[in-house]
Amino acid sequence: MHAETLEPHGPKPKRHFSRTNIMLYGTLLLISIYYLMPLWVMVMTSLKGMPEVRLGHIFAPPIEVTFEPWVKAWSQACTGINCDGLSRGFWNSVQILIPSAVLSIMVASVNGYALANWKFKGSEVFFTILMLGAFIPYQIMIYPIVILLRELGLYGGLSGLVLVHTIFGMPILTLLFRNYFAGIPEELFKAARVDGAGFWRIYFRVLLPMSLPIFVVAIILQTTGIWNDFLFGVIYTKPDLYPMTVQLNNIVNSVQGVKEYNVNMAATLLTGAVPLLIYLVSGKLFVRGIAAGAVKG
Amino acid sequence: MSDSLQQPAPLTQRPSRWLHNLSAKLASLPMVLTALVVFVGCTVWTVFYSFTNSRLLPDASKFSLKQYEYLWTQRRWLISIENLAVYGALSLIFSLVIGFFLAALLDRKIRGEAIFRTIFLYPFALSFIITGLAWQWLLNPDFGIQANIRALGWESFSLDPLNNPDLVIYGILIAGVWQGTGLIMCIMLAGLRGIDEDIWKAARVDGISTVKTYLKIIIPMLRPVFITALVLISAGIIKVYDLVVAQTSGGPGLSSQVPAMYVFDKMFKDQNLAQGFAASTMMLVSVMIVLIPWAYLEFGGKKHAR
Amino acid sequence: MDKQNIPYSVQIKALGLKFGEHKVLEDLNLDIHQGEFLVLLGSSGCGKSTLLNCIAGLLEISEGQLWIQGKNVTWLEPSERGIGMVFQSYALYPQMTVRGNLSFGLKNAKVPPAEIKKRIERAAEILQIQALLERKPAALSGGQRQRVAIGRALVRDVDVFLFDEPLSNLDAKLRTDLRVEIKRLHQQLQNTMIYVTHDQIEAMTLADRIAIMRGGKIMQLAAPAEIYNRPKNLYVADFIGSPSMNFIEGELQNGVFHSPAFTLNLQDYAFITSPSSGQKVVLGLRPEHILSGTQAATASQQITARIDLVEPMGSDTLVYAQVQGQKLRVRMDGQAQVTAGEMLSLGLQPERASVFDRSSEQRL
Repeated sequence: MHAETLEPHGPKPKRHFSRTNIMLYGTLLLISIYYLMPLWVMVMTSLKGMPEVRLGHIFAPPIEVTFEPWVKAWSQACTGINCDGLSRGFWNSVQILIPSAVLSIMVASVNGYALANWKFKGSEVFFTILMLGAFIPYQIMIYPIVILLRELGLYGGLSGLVLVHTIFGMPILTLLFRNYFAGIPEELFKAARVDGAGFWRIYFRVLLPMSLPIFVVAIILQTTGIWNDFLFGVIYTKPDLYPMTVQLNNIVNSVQGVKEYNVNMAATLLTGAVPLLIYLVSGKLFVRGIAAGAVKG
Repeated sequence: MSDSLQQPAPLTQRPSRWLHNLSAKLASLPMVLTALVVFVGCTVWTVFYSFTNSRLLPDASKFSLKQYEYLWTQRRWLISIENLAVYGALSLIFSLVIGFFLAALLDRKIRGEAIFRTIFLYPFALSFIITGLAWQWLLNPDFGIQANIRALGWESFSLDPLNNPDLVIYGILIAGVWQGTGLIMCIMLAGLRGIDEDIWKAARVDGISTVKTYLKIIIPMLRPVFITALVLISAGIIKVYDLVVAQTSGGPGLSSQVPAMYVFDKMFKDQNLAQGFAASTMMLVSVMIVLIPWAYLEFGGKKHAR
Repeated sequence: MDKQNIPYSVQIKALGLKFGEHKVLEDLNLDIHQGEFLVLLGSSGCGKSTLLNCIAGLLEISEGQLWIQGKNVTWLEPSERGIGMVFQSYALYPQMTVRGNLSFGLKNAKVPPAEIKKRIERAAEILQIQALLERKPAALSGGQRQRVAIGRALVRDVDVFLFDEPLSNLDAKLRTDLRVEIKRLHQQLQNTMIYVTHDQIEAMTLADRIAIMRGGKIMQLAAPAEIYNRPKNLYVADFIGSPSMNFIEGELQNGVFHSPAFTLNLQDYAFITSPSSGQKVVLGLRPEHILSGTQAATASQQITARIDLVEPMGSDTLVYAQVQGQKLRVRMDGQAQVTAGEMLSLGLQPERASVFDRSSEQRL
């Protein structure tokens, strides 16, 4: 072939497997393995019987699939004297999660709305303190809160923990809602005022119906956050009422008895199922939630 | 005149300043209470009692710096601080580098971006407890990665950080980075997507290589995003607790202790409240060391520019 | 029309507005007649929108009083003032239908349903939006949205309409169409309308009177023709007219304007105050008042200029010319055949000029 016949003409030939592309996808695949490995190993281990686990091939799929570890983790695994499995912790977590999420989102959304549209003298000062509070290590506030809860008669119960989650969810949620409401054109708010709507009517009739996405983001944020909490659960509830995450740690890291790795992995996956499911279903909204929470506006 | 619209009684007096915006003030009450009672009140309370001799119960009868002097003589505390420093510095570097690298890879208009993003971010949805337990299992010398690679014929291969006091913090680091980089990637990716397409076009017309464009143009433009990521990682590091509890319970021995664990044990196990208060006050101080320069750069700078 | 006998609709008395220590509006007085179309005109940041928000009650004023329809409304809520307002971004409630948008305010005021229905039908008929009533705003075009926004003010059945740059978000053609419609609406309803804009064409075409604002103050309040022909000061002269007025610095000596470029006898100019000899002044000549071609000879005085640049615009041609280093913009007929470098004979008309004192910048 002569060089002349290869004179550029028409579309440039595309090389699907160019060196850069192979490197790019190769790197991505390799990193993906690192990220997926724990999940893969957990699932595989949880589907094996203990004899097979002891063979040590944790990466290999089970020769004989069994769901017994899952059943055992859910209904028989022991923490201390209770041997009714993770189900107890699951229902505790549900009872903590629902009121905490509802309460914190209600309070923070109204609060964010007030900050965005009804600024009053000092409102920004309190908001700044609230935001700085998000960076204070929890450890420094833990003990005085124990005292406060004891005074209120809420220490050790679920309602105390609900209150704690509401308080510590406030900075991020208030920021989220404030920024969202501040992004709604101010003229809409003015129009509603000319139309004679007050604080609550504007909130419920004008803003709420157009804010569904941000509420979904807030629900995702709070659900994963509260479900994954360990510290507050340990401190502010009694062992009977421990949330699932705390119970999981106690089951897996208990020093008594023979370690049943397959049951432990099943328990871990059961506990992770809720946030993982939320993550997979919500997709982009989850990303938006953490981005909105993370990048201050 | 608009007779049909509601006619209120004419106001003869200016409405009171306090009643003005009353609903908004009521709605902000939870925020005000949280900010003042919890964030300011509880913090000040703890700092105050860290100068006392409180043991089982808060007791403000004596004041001294004794708790702090004692704290800094404790081997456990010193190990905790060292661990935090190593873990903090390395997780900062790894999170930023890997996070940016992943974001840059995903920003190359690749196929299956959504799938890769899902894979890199899913650990962030999981708790530190789950992260710790999963990696505890993977790093188990008898069953985990080490055993499997040895089974392949590489007999001398060793990956057993969790039972080695010198390496245990790196074992925790692997897990921590696995959990947290997805978030940093997301923030970086959002930053990269926010950069004007025309910048890339201009760099292409100027014949600047992709890598050079990232290093010389894109990264400097992403400065605010990097700072945000930095602050987020730092704020997370100081709270590191759950991960260590799940993965090693602070062991072997005292080798993977962290400050948060020290605080917790002193307050709730050892009945040595004031010591726990002093340790938590030190945690606050270290956060302030990170936060104040950032706040100054971020907000102080803006005021001058105005 | 003798406006003195018509009662005032909106009265602004010594109004002041402060944000902290920063004074935005100060001692502002403005009386607007019943049925008048008043335009607040100015560049961005001049305080025109702020003033409108004060009238609406969306901003709380720091000093002074506001009267609407003979009632002191200074401390009333926006909805209690008997006003309707139309916004630049339309500000329609996105989740409500057009009907919902129109009825929201009336429902809040507890107007009976039958009455609401009647008013919506009337407004829809006036604005030709009957077919859109059940649609959501997202399904409407920009022009339709703004019509609905006007409708929202219309159903309130009020005497005063406030418009905050209502046409700025529309494209050029729609803007012209809707401008005509707003004028027609005003003729039909005879309401008081206060209209904020930065567009001088809108101001000139719509207004009974224009208030030109700058830095929170009213620079001139007058009918459009008066503002165009007899600007009260340099700022107004420069602001109104496109391309803007030519300004030539010089001196007055015995009623004759002297500048390095040319002299002009001002005996036909109607001075407000008699100027002193040797006074430093600025002569203002509108580009369209400089005659050229065959008409140049009809003017009282001629000069010759060299053409630097020609901008043909179809309906007319803009010529950038020079007389002895003095730059002049001249508007010529669109069919004029001129090219850069040519010499051009121009006619000046002192009776249509404006003369300002150079230091006080006020019209003489």
